[in-house]
Amino acid sequence: MKSGDQSAVAELYDRYSSVVYAVALRILGDAGAAEDVLQEVFLQLWRNPSGFDAARGSLGAWLAVISRNRAIDFLRRRRPETDIEDVVLSVAPDLAGDADRSRAAEKIRGVLGAMPLVQRSALELAYFEGLSHSEIASKTGEPLGTIKTRIRAGLMTLRKALQT
Amino acid sequence: MSSHEQFAEDLALYAVDALEGQERSNLEQHLATCAACQRELEQLRGDGALLALSTLGPKPPVRARKRLLDAVASEASTVSPVRLREPEGHRRSWWGWLGWAATAALIVFAASLGKENYELKSDLRMASSILSQRTADLEQARSLANALTNPEGQHFTLVALKTPPQPQGKAIYVRNRSSLIFLANNMPSLPSRKTYELWLMPVNGAPVPAGLFKPDAHGSATVINPPLPPGLEARAFAITVENEAGATTPTMPLVMMGEGG
Repeated sequence: MKSGDQSAVAELYDRYSSVVYAVALRILGDAGAAEDVLQEVFLQLWRNPSGFDAARGSLGAWLAVISRNRAIDFLRRRRPETDIEDVVLSVAPDLAGDADRSRAAEKIRGVLGAMPLVQRSALELAYFEGLSHSEIASKTGEPLGTIKTRIRAGLMTLRKALQT
Repeated sequence: MSSHEQFAEDLALYAVDALEGQERSNLEQHLATCAACQRELEQLRGDGALLALSTLGPKPPVRARKRLLDAVASEASTVSPVRLREPEGHRRSWWGWLGWAATAALIVFAASLGKENYELKSDLRMASSILSQRTADLEQARSLANALTNPEGQHFTLVALKTPPQPQGKAIYVRNRSSLIFLANNMPSLPSRKTYELWLMPVNGAPVPAGLFKPDAHGSATVINPPLPPGLEARAFAITVENEAGATTPTMPLVMMGEGG
């Protein structure tokens, strides 16, 4: 998408707004605030499409991460800690198609459901509530080292889920 | 244990933005020089993205789409369309039965419309030319801002030989435009939830907030055109350490200060 291509924005919005909004709503729990995040994410993409590196895979995944980051910033009432150009991630396989994303999402939800509860909880506290590892340790009463191990193990489990 | 194994768990925390404090600083320093860990970080961020992608929820409200497209259209719009209003009753051919007088009046009117059209087109060409120049100026400004803030930019600090780099800052302030560019190098990293705050110390009056910044992995930071009251005469600039939201008055001590030259 070239900067200024308004029809492209509409097309991308139609394709990805659901996931961007769902992530923001999950984190903020407020429809109005989630809509503000949705607006900001797509406006930023329109103003600076070069922030996304297509060689690294899924635009949907990238937008979901940007949405998560902005929502956490909003939650913590802080200035954005990262510009969209700073967010680089690799997702394999490519999740460009709606069907691919839908299948992957279903698979991931299954993996999360099967994950040990303490591992899933640590991951979700970090990802959807923006807690630091010490805050998670304090909240759960678990040692710092245990929280670190659980979060890493949780991410590895998700990675392997899409590789099988 | 290799440095990669040592950082493996910290990388996972960092990928989901859960690492803080000295561990975060140490990892960022390591990432600055380790391509393997940078690649792993990208992978881990991708793994985290799977969490986001799996989120279920309602679709956004219908109005959100229109709100976005209106905002995009508003930003994209640069020149208002010029429209000539068609005179009332001008749609039918009158000259067949109104007579020569009416025909003459219509010819004069058409000529005046033509003249107005020519002048409007001339104005439009001028406006387009001005717009092109403004666009070029804007691109140049964006290029400058990008160069200053690009994370791929290389930072060089020149010091006298055999002298370790010291924290330093340079502020370029244009009073009549309230324009400020501030560049910092070799700034120590901060505890989490702390930030540096830049202050404009006026000739008269209390210090004025001039932007918050946190150094990157290189110890570099920039502040570009923060909102400032117009026309302030600056005696000096100074830096303090504040809580993350910043402060309206400096928290002593000043950690850096420089007077104008």
